[in-house]
Amino acid sequence: MKVLLSWLREFAPIEGDPHELADHMSDLGMAVEATQILNSLDGVVVARVADLRPHPKADRIQLVDVEIDNGEPMQVCCGAFNMSVGDLIPFATIGTVMPDGMEIAQRKMRGEMSNGMCCSAAELGLGADHDGIMILPDNLETGAPLMQELGLVGDVLWDLEINPNRPDAMSIAGVARDLAARLNVPFQIPERSVTPTGSDQGLASIEIADGDLCPRFTGRVLTGVSVGESPLWMQMRLTLLGMRPINSVVDVSNYVMLELGTPNHTYDLSLLPNGHIGVRRATAGEKITTLDDQERTLQSNDGVIVNEADEPIGIAGVMGGASTEISDSTNSVLLELACWEPESIARTSQRLGLRSEASARFERGTDWQISVTAVERFCDLLNEITPGGIEVVGEVLDVAGTTRDTISVPVRTSRVSMLLGREFSSEEIRDLLTPIGFGVEPTDDGDAQLVTIPSFRPDTETETDVAEEIARHYGYGRLGTTVPRSPDAGRLSPEQKLRRVIRQIMTGAGLIEAMPNPFLAPGDINRAGLVVEEPVRLLNPLAVEESVLRPSLLPGLLAAVSYNYSHRNTGVELFETGAVFEVSDDSSALPVESEHLGALISDADAFAATSLLKALGSALKLKFDLTNTDGLPGLHPTRGARINLGDTEVGSVGEIDPAVLRNYEIEDRCAWLSIRLDLVIEAAISAQGTPYQPVSTFPSSDVDLAFVVAEEVQASAIETTLRDAAGEELQSLRLFDVFRSEQLDEGARSLAFSLRLQANDKTMTDEEVGTVRQRCIEAVESTHQATLRA
Amino acid sequence: MSVYEQIAEAQAAAISEIEKTSDLESLKAVEPMLFGKKSTLGGLKRLMAEVDAEERATVGQALNQAQEAVREAHASARDTFESASRRVQLEAERLDLTESLQAPARGHLHLVTQTMERLEDVFVGMGFTVSEGPQAETDWYNFEALNLPAAHPARSMFDTLYLDLGERTEIGDGEGGEATNILLRTHTSPVQVRVMESAAPPIYTVCPGRVFRRDTADASHMPVFHQIEGLVVDRGISLSDLAGTLNEFTAAYFGGAISSRLRPSYFPFTEPSAEFDITCVICEGAGCQTCQRTGWIELGGCGMVHPNVLANCGVDSEEWTGFAFGFGIDRLALMRYGIKDLRDMYTNDVRFLKQF
Ligand SMILES: [Zn+2]
Repeated sequence: MKVLLSWLREFAPIEGDPHELADHMSDLGMAVEATQILNSLDGVVVARVADLRPHPKADRIQLVDVEIDNGEPMQVCCGAFNMSVGDLIPFATIGTVMPDGMEIAQRKMRGEMSNGMCCSAAELGLGADHDGIMILPDNLETGAPLMQELGLVGDVLWDLEINPNRPDAMSIAGVARDLAARLNVPFQIPERSVTPTGSDQGLASIEIADGDLCPRFTGRVLTGVSVGESPLWMQMRLTLLGMRPINSVVDVSNYVMLELGTPNHTYDLSLLPNGHIGVRRATAGEKITTLDDQERTLQSNDGVIVNEADEPIGIAGVMGGASTEISDSTNSVLLELACWEPESIARTSQRLGLRSEASARFERGTDWQISVTAVERFCDLLNEITPGGIEVVGEVLDVAGTTRDTISVPVRTSRVSMLLGREFSSEEIRDLLTPIGFGVEPTDDGDAQLVTIPSFRPDTETETDVAEEIARHYGYGRLGTTVPRSPDAGRLSPEQKLRRVIRQIMTGAGLIEAMPNPFLAPGDINRAGLVVEEPVRLLNPLAVEESVLRPSLLPGLLAAVSYNYSHRNTGVELFETGAVFEVSDDSSALPVESEHLGALISDADAFAATSLLKALGSALKLKFDLTNTDGLPGLHPTRGARINLGDTEVGSVGEIDPAVLRNYEIEDRCAWLSIRLDLVIEAAISAQGTPYQPVSTFPSSDVDLAFVVAEEVQASAIETTLRDAAGEELQSLRLFDVFRSEQLDEGARSLAFSLRLQANDKTMTDEEVGTVRQRCIEAVESTHQATLRA
Repeated sequence: MSVYEQIAEAQAAAISEIEKTSDLESLKAVEPMLFGKKSTLGGLKRLMAEVDAEERATVGQALNQAQEAVREAHASARDTFESASRRVQLEAERLDLTESLQAPARGHLHLVTQTMERLEDVFVGMGFTVSEGPQAETDWYNFEALNLPAAHPARSMFDTLYLDLGERTEIGDGEGGEATNILLRTHTSPVQVRVMESAAPPIYTVCPGRVFRRDTADASHMPVFHQIEGLVVDRGISLSDLAGTLNEFTAAYFGGAISSRLRPSYFPFTEPSAEFDITCVICEGAGCQTCQRTGWIELGGCGMVHPNVLANCGVDSEEWTGFAFGFGIDRLALMRYGIKDLRDMYTNDVRFLKQF
């Protein structure tokens, strides 16, 4: 919403520095996006177009002779073609500094002299119109300084951002009311009425069939209307506020809407049989041709205006119909000034793509009590600008639908003070609310006052809503700043701390955290070698490439590595923690979201991933068990293992299937680790309580044992057997060598383990060490058909 | 030759042997000739038996002095040879330290994670806990409980992504067991609702996390981004408490030169509502292009929790009041490093990720 200082001043004597006034408006919740002080634009004058002719060497510019001061015409080159000989236009003479800082100089364009510039409204900062040169009204004096002639010098234009809960601020009067209250100056909507002539008896009638759709319909009959051009001052105000002047009737209509926030519409009364107008909901499929000559199909919730024959002649609050449109021959007009159900207007205008200044106001809810004032204002203005005046026939036609009751709400001074954190007195509250139209009456309860909500604030209903108005007008910035303290200490949960630890372990191991898109294309799941029968799909994806929620971190990380490979970044080590989604078995539940950790290390074999897992296990005091498993989804068919914590499967580790790597054009081996982070964190929290082991002070002995074992036997199985057999004196166990050779049995390899034995209470004798050694050998040989390598 | 002459001669001979050596090895080789019973001086010990008792002490002293002289000469030679040999060895070990081939790989947390952790740490320091919740949510938690019933016009402020769960697309956990749509949360506010439902006040918590909007990716929008929201519910919580808390956060996170202010605004879930601005971090309030010469930049929205929201979460709004605030994490990350395009954070190019 744009507002103009001179216009605001018609409602309140607002004075002050434009930027300070802007700060006040922002502080009142009407954020100022731009402040424009209209300066005198020295050098820009009113000029008459004396001649137009083509440029001999250029198609896109023409030569214009302009006349100022009845002197010799001056030639300029101009890129616009919208003016005719005789038009008055704004002309920037040589030396003029334009609002954007450009200085106009004499120059040659393709061989022709240009002695200035013909200006568009946008170039002058007088509107958004870039399309052509601004055509000025005929009654201006040629050669006169433009801005003086337009009466704009020193005026201020502000562009405000109005929140959806402030329908009142969608008008000059509403902004003036708010600002006047802040500046402590009086605000008044001037009384303007036109003495009616005769009686409207039988000329027009209004019937509301759906009172919810139309809480109030106010109309009036005007005759002696002649459609012409509106005066310059009105055209300028409309232009500055972003509307294009059309003709006197349309301009008055828009002017009243901008000034009082009340959109309105005019019908050619002669095209309305018996002057009858009805309001009802449309029936689905009903059709109407609107003012823009488009045929529109209606739905059952749309509101329509109908004629006596019950045929639609307008879409309520959205756009009028072509059949009753006013024209140059119009003499009698029926003015409509109605209130509409905001939800209905929002739905209809959105569906038909007909959002307008009017629908923006109706959607927020217009003031149903200002209707008569607005009708009077319309008549007054049209009378004023129509040569010879108009006649207003009879009284205002005023039909009520279901009007909202005036709301009064008790507002407790103590409650307001508590909510805002400052002690207010009841007088202060009264003095803050009264200037913005709220009624404030004392009650028998000394603490509470009865506050009556004005009709132009439909958003305000409760004590809390009123507290916001009090805060707004007192000033948010003037309230105190206090800091409440939680009775408890701030902290991360154990889960949140461990998640951070795990990320640190990943970065400590040299991995980089990636954040791939959690949305996948349906084919991405197969492409990554995964099989998911029913992934979680989006109902309204932006694109099919982003229509599935990831069931695994693998596709995203593969895509990330692939992206890097395509940019010559090889040897990439990435990890991610995040939610993956699957459809729940329970049909009444949300999708199952579980937190995963995925790590993808390119140019590395599976052991890069298992050692990462070992690092995790050692930091979290968890023992991950691996079970070599062929054909895990996405994994290399013979280089993959399931990961268990006790009986719970928590993930998989290995290398990516070469076929999958080909799909992603990754030419190196890739190690992959995937774990259920939520389960691992849960286990790690229980493991955190493991009691401390005192360090033995007695000497330790090392025993190295190498076994020849069949390839089918997992090294971890030998390890488990050794651990069990060695007993409590085993301090540590480590696989330190793996050896394959033709000298060994076919299908077998040698695994060498180092055991450190140490007792807590004595020095172990050679004999005792020997016993343990023997026990270990026998256990491994008998359990795994292994043989000790000499 | 007198005893003393013999001693002097033996001393001279020993020292001469030492002087002939050139390194530790040759010095070692002559050691038997210098010390011990088999050395010349050692051999002279037998003279002690041949001299008179009264002269024995003098001869002994002479012998000791001679031996001491030899020891000193030896030690001095050894020191010389040792330091020479050390010099040779050290020279042989000389390194050009700029020849190092590779640094141990250092990993990097994603910029968003770093920013999120930094924010969490500030709020934990201020006495807050950190709450989390699901990303796929019901319409109730994301909208209705937050005073945004189905027909509310402000719903259009959120371009929502809905899930297609076949026959389960509507799941019955709306008010009164009605079916509600399943969607990807458009803000982390549903976590606030879940916190209020599950724990009695006082509540001091922040809800960071991933949120979703049906937005086409461009320099300042992503369909997937991150937010942090804060919620305080306690007795007597006021708008001034909100202003003070945001001030404290702003100073703690951005530094003392940056402060915050509140401007009236509108959100369905708060009343009164406010935008919260911070001093422009580029110009520190002087006015620049980034802040459109206002000295302020808009950071997020906030307000007093709407009584309807408290009621929806089973909190008595007469006894308890609260405030909530929220802002984007991604934008803070961009601001800190002057990154121009939000999409750069999500291409996962290691050349980008390694910079943080
Ligand atoms: Zn700035």
